[in-house]
Amino acid sequence: MGHGSDTLSLSVHFQGSATHEGTPLFRGVTLDLRAGEWTCLLGVSGVGKSTILRLIADLPIHAEFDGKISASDGQPLSGRIAYMAQQDLLLPWATVAENVSIGDKLRGMRPDQSRRDDLLVKVGLTLHAAKKPSELSGGQRQRVALARTLYEGGDLVLLDEPFSALDARTRADMQDLAAELLRSKTVLLVTHDPTDAARLGHRIAVMTSDGLNWSDPPNGPIPRDIDSAETMQSQAALLKTLRAA
Amino acid sequence: MIRVLRPLVAIGLALATWQGIIIAFEPPRFIFPSPARVAETWWENRMLIAWHTGVTMSEVALGLIIGVTVGCATALTLATSGFARLALKPILVFSQALPVFALAPILVLWLGYGMGSKIAMATLIIYFPVTSAFYDGLMRTPPGMLDLANVMGASPRRILWVIRVPAAIPSFVSGLRLAAVYAPIGAVIGEWVGASNGLGYLMLLANGRAKTDLMFAAMITLGVCSVILYLVTLAATNRIAPETPSNQPRG
Repeated sequence: MGHGSDTLSLSVHFQGSATHEGTPLFRGVTLDLRAGEWTCLLGVSGVGKSTILRLIADLPIHAEFDGKISASDGQPLSGRIAYMAQQDLLLPWATVAENVSIGDKLRGMRPDQSRRDDLLVKVGLTLHAAKKPSELSGGQRQRVALARTLYEGGDLVLLDEPFSALDARTRADMQDLAAELLRSKTVLLVTHDPTDAARLGHRIAVMTSDGLNWSDPPNGPIPRDIDSAETMQSQAALLKTLRAA
Repeated sequence: MIRVLRPLVAIGLALATWQGIIIAFEPPRFIFPSPARVAETWWENRMLIAWHTGVTMSEVALGLIIGVTVGCATALTLATSGFARLALKPILVFSQALPVFALAPILVLWLGYGMGSKIAMATLIIYFPVTSAFYDGLMRTPPGMLDLANVMGASPRRILWVIRVPAAIPSFVSGLRLAAVYAPIGAVIGEWVGASNGLGYLMLLANGRAKTDLMFAAMITLGVCSVILYLVTLAATNRIAPETPSNQPRG
């Protein structure tokens, strides 16, 4: 558990429907997360995109699910997932360094200090290692959360609106950093922001109450330039699809 | 400086009002003694008062230790076991509907006139505030943190000790602060019902013999000790759970 391999990647197949108190939340959704790629699930609030992410993470949901979720190698997904949410979910009483390796503490294992130090270097927070989260800015806190996600080493990374609470500049920086550090991982990014999808999605699905509509992503490797014509066009097209739904 | 001055001003005002009433109405000293008279009696009986204070505060301390320990254990049991919530919680709530004061005579009957019944009273009176505050804290862990811990593959026991208990400390501390205020009340009620030692006993005794000045001296001593106990609790817990939270992200 944890500290999984960085070379082999995992693909995931999701298929099913969910109902909430008899009302369908989504119907017959099929979503494949391809190995080593970012799949962006874009949609307005309440459309059920977070429910899909929570189902893959095996977290409790406020709905009944009928369907199946499977990994390409036929093995269970548990223990191979890293999860990051909109809130940084840092423990306020623990230091930055302790927060990065909290997974090991929760599993009753000794934290890997060199791994932790490496990750703090990568997210540029070495000098803040001994601080408490309350001493950091919102962007710095989310970088700690990213380091904690990487520390888990899961091949499948589930990101639930991780950039939504950040200001525009910090958000763009975080998109760059996440794209760089999560290279080779299989990523599901759930977001309501077309910019996230246009910059980071190898594949982009717009989720509406009718199901998923796959959109062509802009060309080029991620993170795509924020000011390139193609990114901006894609962003505008995605917003249009969202508004039409 | 202002922090030190403010209580002194309040005490000065209270003493001035007290003295003002004495001058205006000239009540007999066995009805309402003057501040000077009470101070004099306090000094003359300082050894007696010290002894009874020692008894009462020992009861309070033991009641606090037992009540907080049992309260924490109950809260942890309730928070971790659905069966305990089902079976224990209604009993707990019902027990709170009974006034603890009504139990005092029975406790004295069962545990005798010694310290036992007073410790039991102090324990009972703080048990519910401690249990309820800590339990609430344990049940109000931010759900996102629990999600994260579950994805990380933590066992329920690990989640309890690494996340839920630390996250509940501020709630526990507010329960503890309440307990510090209630515990002396519990002990003194026990002493009123039946005792041969303690400030509650001394107050009843002095009152019965029309030694109102001694009664005032004992009462003020009890008040001062309770305030000191509260301030010590506040100071001891302020580091782990400051009264003003500082967990807001900056920038």
